[in-house]
Amino acid sequence: MKNSSSGEQPAIEVHGLQRRYGPAGSAGFDAVRGLDLTIRRGELFALLGTNGAGKTSTMELIEGLAAPTAGTVRVLGHDPHRERAVVRPRIGIMLQEGGFPSDLTVAETGRTWAGLTSGARPVDEALDLVGLLDRRGVRVKQLSGGERRRLDLAMALLGRPEVLFLDEPSTGLDPQARAAVWRLVRELRTQGTTVLLTTHYLEEAEELADRLAIMHQGRVVTSGTVAEVIAGRPSRISFELPERYGRYEDLALPRLDGEIRADGRRITLHTARLQAALTELLGWAAHHEIALGGLDARSASLEEAFLAIAAEAGDTTTPAAAPALIGSAR
Amino acid sequence: MTTATATAAPSSSLGRMLALGRAETTLLLRNRTALFTALVLPLMLVGGVHTMLKKQAEHFPALDLNAGLVTAVTGLILMFVVYYNLTAAYVGRRGELVLKRLRTGEASDLEILGGTAVPSVVLALVQCAVLGVAAAELLHLPVPVNPVLMVAGLGLAVVLLIALAAVSSAFTKSVESAGITTLPVMLVAQFASGLLVPLEVMPDQLATFCRALPTTPAFQLLRLGWFGTDGSATATDFAGTWVQAAPHLALAALWTTVAVWAARRWFRWEPRR
Repeated sequence: MKNSSSGEQPAIEVHGLQRRYGPAGSAGFDAVRGLDLTIRRGELFALLGTNGAGKTSTMELIEGLAAPTAGTVRVLGHDPHRERAVVRPRIGIMLQEGGFPSDLTVAETGRTWAGLTSGARPVDEALDLVGLLDRRGVRVKQLSGGERRRLDLAMALLGRPEVLFLDEPSTGLDPQARAAVWRLVRELRTQGTTVLLTTHYLEEAEELADRLAIMHQGRVVTSGTVAEVIAGRPSRISFELPERYGRYEDLALPRLDGEIRADGRRITLHTARLQAALTELLGWAAHHEIALGGLDARSASLEEAFLAIAAEAGDTTTPAAAPALIGSAR
Repeated sequence: MTTATATAAPSSSLGRMLALGRAETTLLLRNRTALFTALVLPLMLVGGVHTMLKKQAEHFPALDLNAGLVTAVTGLILMFVVYYNLTAAYVGRRGELVLKRLRTGEASDLEILGGTAVPSVVLALVQCAVLGVAAAELLHLPVPVNPVLMVAGLGLAVVLLIALAAVSSAFTKSVESAGITTLPVMLVAQFASGLLVPLEVMPDQLATFCRALPTTPAFQLLRLGWFGTDGSATATDFAGTWVQAAPHLALAALWTTVAVWAARRWFRWEPRR
């Protein structure tokens, strides 16, 4: 029975979430360190982060697979760990690494999961959603990695979940299968399913997410729509000078509004005013009859924002390459 | 297509166990090694057990050969089909991350462990029943004195062995190594809990010690229920068996509780990394 006020209630609400592995003190490890998150009904939310940022740990707590060390989680208004029996029939989960017995066929796997799922849709319908219908008689061990991921997704969709959790759903998929999964996820969202996904692929988040959060070292560093997250991040222009021009320091480059960096003959410019800088640069090149090789101009992307944020936030674990990549952002 | 709400056809505990049991049965039928252990091995042991007991009876004329045979065969079936088989099954499902995946669904932990055990338990009980009836016919055994105790013994043995399988699986890395990790329990059960060596054949002190071991009480209940004695006293009637059974029942319940506690404490749902 659906609560009439459920429209107001967020699908997922997380406050002060903490998860600690091991004993107190330096022997233990804080994977999640005080995380707040609100995901509205029908929203597609992406959780991004570097490796070890705590994405999967966070997902497991929200899915109710483990109890948090501190803080609260509410999924559809309930504690997903303590009220597992209430929450589980209404959600669908796809883990980063699924597991199905290798000696069962696709159809047998589906039948088993249907028996474990309230209000399960017909197995063939679920298999059809992920394009595995023609593989229904094949043993799981004979499926390719991508097919296994799609089977996993089909099982997560069996119960027509109100909230769907996808932990790196497109990892291991070829571009075609990935596009198909994106289409499917978008379609589910259109039908009103709330989706929380983690991903390594920033373009996936850019493509799908209504809102996203970037995690680093167990915390949310920034969140919002893609536009909000990349707002204020510099655009980038890069090009290669012809060989005869030698080192760029010797060149009379125009005054460009931004941060210039040279790597051999390749010049990279970070600027807040992409159009003006580009006009200036092209005018200069035309005037001097210089052909700019590999010219590339792009607005701030999520990828650049992500790298910058990770580097800014990670004072202790900044990879050596990161500062060079971002210059002085802003 | 109608929009089914989450309350449409809710899954039930029994339904979930049966779904898991059905999948597990299919897997058992496709696994030759497991199928051999579960179906052929116990039957092969019957002949060996008979010879062994007969040898011992030459030195101990008081030994009830039939009672010994029934206890031994029933116990061996339970040990191989439930304990050994299930340990390997838990290890196998854990290794393929099946248990981890199942825990994301609606089934509770207990349902997952119980559902996985369904084919092993059913198969063991069917074998016990078939061999029991065959033995009764062929050996002209008396009618069981206290069937309630037999059922109690079987039930306690099944729960105890499922829990022990769960514990053993925690200390087993791969299906292949299950043969080694299950050896301690297998040996103790076969040689020290009245299966291959009846307790009345042992010196008194050793017999007393063996009576206290985890798997002994449940097996003794089986024998007591059928023959009216566990071999340590003269056979008695229905009422009398309850008196003899009391310590076995208490001890079996205690060991089962300990095993269940240990399973909860040590069972691993995913492989160690």
